[in-house]
Amino acid sequence: MTPPTFKARRPATYTGIPGWIYAVAAAGALLVVLPLVGMVARVNWARFIPLVTSESSLAALGLSLRTSAASTVLCIVLGVPLALVLARGSFRGQRVLRSLVLLPLVLPPVVGGIALLYTFGRQGLLGRTLEVAGIQIAFSTTAVVLAQTFVALPFLVVSLEGALRTAGPKYEAVAATLGASPSTVLRRVTLPLVLPGLASGAVLSFARSLGEFGATLTFAGSLQGVTRTLPLEIYLQRETDAEAAVALSLVLVAVAVAVVALAYRGSGMVGREITTTTAPARGGDVR
Amino acid sequence: MVEAAVAARGFDVSLTVGPGETVAVMGPNGAGKSTLLNVIAGLLQPDSGRSGLDGKTLFDLTEGRNQWTAPHRRGTALLAQEPLLFPHLSVLENVAFGPRSGGAARRAAAGSALHWLAEVEAADLRSRRPAELSGGQAQRVAVARALAAEPGLLLLDEPMAALDIHAAPLLRRLLRRVLAGRRAIIITHDALDALMLADRVIILEDGKISEEGPTRDVLQRPRSRFAAGLAGLNFVAGQITGHGLRAGALNLYGQHDDLPGPLPTGQPGVAVFPPSAVSIFLSEAHGSPRNSFAVTITDLEPHGDGIRVRAGEGGLLTADITTAAAADLGLAPGMQVYFVVKAGAVAIYPA
Amino acid sequence: MKHPLAAWAAAVLMVLTLAACAPAGQGGTNDDGAAGQRRTLTVFAAASLKGAFTELAGKFEAANPGTQITLSFAGSADLVTQISQGAPADVFASADARNMAKLADQGLVDGEPRDFATNTLAIAVPAGNPAGIKSFGDLARQGVKVVVCASQVPCGAATTTIEQETGAALKPVSEESSVTDVLGKVSSGEADAGLVYVTDARSAGATVEQVPFPEAAKAVNTYPLAAVKGAGNKPAADAFVAFVLGAEGQAVLAAAGFGAP
Repeated sequence: MTPPTFKARRPATYTGIPGWIYAVAAAGALLVVLPLVGMVARVNWARFIPLVTSESSLAALGLSLRTSAASTVLCIVLGVPLALVLARGSFRGQRVLRSLVLLPLVLPPVVGGIALLYTFGRQGLLGRTLEVAGIQIAFSTTAVVLAQTFVALPFLVVSLEGALRTAGPKYEAVAATLGASPSTVLRRVTLPLVLPGLASGAVLSFARSLGEFGATLTFAGSLQGVTRTLPLEIYLQRETDAEAAVALSLVLVAVAVAVVALAYRGSGMVGREITTTTAPARGGDVR
Repeated sequence: MVEAAVAARGFDVSLTVGPGETVAVMGPNGAGKSTLLNVIAGLLQPDSGRSGLDGKTLFDLTEGRNQWTAPHRRGTALLAQEPLLFPHLSVLENVAFGPRSGGAARRAAAGSALHWLAEVEAADLRSRRPAELSGGQAQRVAVARALAAEPGLLLLDEPMAALDIHAAPLLRRLLRRVLAGRRAIIITHDALDALMLADRVIILEDGKISEEGPTRDVLQRPRSRFAAGLAGLNFVAGQITGHGLRAGALNLYGQHDDLPGPLPTGQPGVAVFPPSAVSIFLSEAHGSPRNSFAVTITDLEPHGDGIRVRAGEGGLLTADITTAAAADLGLAPGMQVYFVVKAGAVAIYPA
Repeated sequence: MKHPLAAWAAAVLMVLTLAACAPAGQGGTNDDGAAGQRRTLTVFAAASLKGAFTELAGKFEAANPGTQITLSFAGSADLVTQISQGAPADVFASADARNMAKLADQGLVDGEPRDFATNTLAIAVPAGNPAGIKSFGDLARQGVKVVVCASQVPCGAATTTIEQETGAALKPVSEESSVTDVLGKVSSGEADAGLVYVTDARSAGATVEQVPFPEAAKAVNTYPLAAVKGAGNKPAADAFVAFVLGAEGQAVLAAAGFGAP
């Protein structure tokens, strides 16, 4: 079946997409969009402003933005070297390392929280040593950032590794023969080349951090202004005030949409610029 | 000076490039030409061998030593088939990249970049982005960028291969100018490049040097089938006899007037003759001084204004005849015909 | 099979009721009815009732052959939301009066809710009680990491009540949204103590020890249950409510640590 609405706007060039694909695609899009519509329909607009500007809401939103920003920075600091090593290096156990780094993508966040608990917790692998050193991570904002970084890091590594593989090592090789040291090559060639990938990876990490719930709940606890991020606040508000939960959910969706839109716009712009110099000339340059 | 072996690629080459000398490296695909450049540039580590440049060791992997200079400390700029200009930098910043990496201050680097851009007649492109350049312009900028790094040895890997036929001559003229008096190795498929740009040519086949010498000599008296192909000559390898050359059942008469003294009978030798000197007959033609031998046509293909007839085993012998002649004779693949060559057109010399 | 006749009667009654309720087109499904047919009763119960209600359901099924109980445990507020969104519950057992009232406000409670159990708070400490907690007052000690429920959930509301009654101000390191999360922090040793219900501490097993404290009596939490309006299986729902309130049901709840209503 071919929905007439799609038929009416026939694309200028042949796309090769069967008509029924549009129907299934529309169903897929609806599956994502409809629940959002359903949620928006439930928003009590009269109470919306007071609900989202209450002290606990603002504290949660502020904490979420701060911790997500911190974990995004941490993701970049740790993820860029990881992606470089995975994309460019060649060593034993590389495939195993890649699988392990990507594991949080498929792991239920609660499992991540439990794993973190038994690593950085008071009784954990590193926790005891850290406690002796006077560092207590459990129940602190640091724990939130750790949990968010744990779940968000794979997003950065995946996008950046993809970008690095697409760019290939040719530019780096040329830069090296021009006399640039590996650090200079990284700073002046590699990173600028994969900047779109890095940016979209960072944005995805930020968005994932913003939405992190399970690992934070399990590992960091929930205290206003310290560890209770927006998702935890929503989860808690739902116990007593469903309208507050819906209003805050809408805020979270809005922030996420803004972030993702920004990422796509940004990468689109840089993406055009990067259409490489390798295309053969058409007209030549006879003068 | 380079001596290097890469076992995995069956690569084993030894070569020396003098100061101010440009060497063309030619050979069939997969012969190891790019491997050679990558080994010199430090992008590929050979299994053994050593190499030095201006008193500096590039690598020494001979028995008991393990010296390896990183690519950025070698002073061997590489210009590839694709310009590979950094897309995020302007033309000027691209050319200034080498000097900047070498530690030059921003202003000095820009000055040097402008000089080299002028040298390749691209100064007016300096503020453009690489994406805004044509292929020819981009490759000229890439030449400037490589030269601005002031390499002790310039490595060019088929710099003209990706250019269209209008842009290539301009770049060839440019390279002729900038390569004069500069130490460089250029990989090319084109005999014209070798003639115009190189003092010496090296033929690389199956990872080994099969022939080398001054460009003119190699193209005039090729001793390898590949070099003969470059020069557009038929090539027959065999043994020198009292009156010419024997290769299997084939006896060729030829001349060797320009060689001093008599030919060393019984030694390996080669005979070359241009396809245009070959006539085709349907029956055996006699009379001296002529060579006539029966061959089976394998292919007919257009060649210039006429037809190139390939015959013999693997289509290795060629004859260029007019279209009219081919039509008169009714030539077709599979036919047996006689290739006839005047002895005066066949050059015979020791291999 | 203590009361085969009663079971028979219940079964027949159920079939008749369902036949009456069912739309005309579906009448055929009841043709093979009578004793052999299994009838399902869906019970939504607060998470803290998991142990006790699982056992109760088993006993009820044994006493009422042909009835199969499907149990669904979650936070009381979650359950109320689910029921008001049309989840097929026959019985709702809430951990507090507030959530039951919420359901009643939506007109979804059939009849009067009945209180069936009470619960009080206890201090849960990790095995071995490393921080040496002996009283409620110890929780306010400097350096003691206490985890409590957030005031939005029943166990947190009880905590707040006790704080107000005793005038003690706790400085919790975390205010969790469920008892499970409080117990998790305690059993893993992250926290020195947590405030949870007696029954939760008891069900947590050997990793958690219980420290009873007299102040807990200031906040006694009452558990009500009721049949849900429009229950597909009203007689069985009423039978289950009666069973929970009866001697057998109360014995099971007492064994799990619940107090009498």
